[in-house]
Amino acid sequence: MGNVAVKGGADAIGHAKELVEFYRLREQTPPVSIQQVRTQMRLAVDKVMGEGGLYAPEYAAIALKQAEGEVFEAAFILRAFITTLQRRYYSETINTREMFIRRKISASFREIPGGQVLGPTRDYTQRLLDTTLAEETTETMQDFLSAMTGRIDPRAFADINTFDKVIDLLRREGLLQPVGNDEDLTLKDITREAIRFPAPRSARLQMMARAETGGLMALGYSSLRGFGNTHPTVGELRYGTVPLRVKDPSGRVRYIGKIEVTEAEMITSAKTSKKKSVPYYAIGYGLCFGQNDTKAINMGILDRAMRSPDGRSPATDAEFVLYHTEGIEAMGFTNHLKLPHYVTFQADLSNTRAAVRREKNGQAASSGSPAKTKEKEPA
Amino acid sequence: MIENKKFRSRYNFAFIDEATKKEIRRKLLKAVAIPGYQCPYSSPEMPIARGWGTGGLHVTLAIIGRDDVFKIIDQGSDASVNACNLRDFVHAMTGCRTTFDTREATLIQTRHRITEEFLTDKQIYIFQVPQPEPLRAVERYEYRTRQMHGEADYAKMWVSLYESFVRHGDIMLGAGYPVKVNGRYIMASSPIPRWDIPNFHQAETLYLFGAGREKRLYAIPPHTTVEPLEFEDVRFHIEDFNGENCYQTGHRKAFLDELYLDDGSKKYVVNDSNFLDKLKLGKSTHPFTNPYINQIKA
Repeated sequence: MGNVAVKGGADAIGHAKELVEFYRLREQTPPVSIQQVRTQMRLAVDKVMGEGGLYAPEYAAIALKQAEGEVFEAAFILRAFITTLQRRYYSETINTREMFIRRKISASFREIPGGQVLGPTRDYTQRLLDTTLAEETTETMQDFLSAMTGRIDPRAFADINTFDKVIDLLRREGLLQPVGNDEDLTLKDITREAIRFPAPRSARLQMMARAETGGLMALGYSSLRGFGNTHPTVGELRYGTVPLRVKDPSGRVRYIGKIEVTEAEMITSAKTSKKKSVPYYAIGYGLCFGQNDTKAINMGILDRAMRSPDGRSPATDAEFVLYHTEGIEAMGFTNHLKLPHYVTFQADLSNTRAAVRREKNGQAASSGSPAKTKEKEPA
Repeated sequence: MIENKKFRSRYNFAFIDEATKKEIRRKLLKAVAIPGYQCPYSSPEMPIARGWGTGGLHVTLAIIGRDDVFKIIDQGSDASVNACNLRDFVHAMTGCRTTFDTREATLIQTRHRITEEFLTDKQIYIFQVPQPEPLRAVERYEYRTRQMHGEADYAKMWVSLYESFVRHGDIMLGAGYPVKVNGRYIMASSPIPRWDIPNFHQAETLYLFGAGREKRLYAIPPHTTVEPLEFEDVRFHIEDFNGENCYQTGHRKAFLDELYLDDGSKKYVVNDSNFLDKLKLGKSTHPFTNPYINQIKA
């Protein structure tokens, strides 16, 4: 009965675990160091931290190495690690106006306070496979770095300021208004309690900040392409470091370090109610760990979309968006289909067989329509 | 690199931090106080994938003590790969003794079966639940199903059972047959076969249910009335094995697995691995009895 009840399970899973390790190492290439992953796989580390919901670049790098570069798996490892840690503090609200800006662009205006700062981005490069990377050596790296640092003027850092945001300009002019619907402003912590619907905006944004980038992108895209009514403009996209503070037991606010975040403020024209005939703008907001434009922008699109549910577009349906972009849960559940289901299947089988027997004996439905036995596909 | 030197072992007893365990225990108390009610809880991430038994693990780890004896089965089998993995995890995080023997265990975690052997008031039985919402098939939105439960508005559910009968001549629900608990809440029985459903009713043991991915806990306390949904003229019934018996033991009053052997022939064997072992070794057993099983001729 070997293949039916999976016997000898303990041995089998032990061997499977060993084989994974063997496949990672069998070609005997030099081991990848955690510092190499953290620095040279920077964007993967950012993604893992964002979806894992833990800002810890070194741990994220370890997780990536452990998962052989599988981002889902690495984010999952990081999330499981969080459970072992106690939540001792809530940080003070971060203020992105204080951001030390590395990248700041606006699609809405040609010039913005502080100018358009492209920062590190691949947006305007040709995606040609760079075969020279196969020959990269410590020397070529050093050559590049010394040429680069020679051009950096450290005195210029002092002039870097914090700048007004694009939304401040619009707000001053009265073009940006609060969305007309009554918004639940309760502050939830989705890591401490299950999300319930209708969910307050705090819970929605938290869910999206930990959601899977690809999932957010698919639904954000659907909203742009035709299954929704949003077509937002990037009001401002910022990437940089922001200071983080917590209140100590004596009530004093203390600086504890900085984190890298990407922030997107998406401007859309809001639907006006019948009473208010003047159109105005509203903001969709996205924020995530590290540098991840795609995630922040799509989060912004969906934040806006979910605030104007239209009953037709998936992207405006909070339950649909939030449950199904949760990558770690989605991955776990879709993969659980690999587990044995023979008891469950047997239970369905017994029903289906009885129905087929009834049909053969001509005692099917009284309505006279042929009995359909495929109520649902068994797992 | 941050190093944790504060603790001698790498993880807290039973993995989850104490504050979260306390939260889970509080929610379990609420679940026991309102039988069949789905209680939302934090559902912290486990090092086990979502959908692979995290809810059951939360319950187990929140209530396990150092003296507990732990048993875990998957589809009735102690040796199933996922059960082995979860057993290793619970053992590594608690040091608790584990067993295959149903009678010896104090905590039993299960995926989709109730043991054939009778459960006592000294035991707690923990289900892994993939979909805690019995109304999901008739209502896709969570906020509406919560409302329906609140108002005990189960019309859609009854209509779907009726429609199933009209179309197919029977209520076509297989595993996870919905039950009404304490005359109030309709509850998802987790995908256990109908065979196991009558064993919920007026049981000696405490049944706890954990749905990790969906972040819900619920419970059936001992001595609670649990009725499968049925009509006066269309009754609930358990699986019918057409009078087949176990080819290894000749036993008939147990849930049977259908096997296809290498020569293509079909055989039946007792599903519950520990019960099967005991039958084969001629050990004494204390199986559940209920009116449905009693109808089967030995």
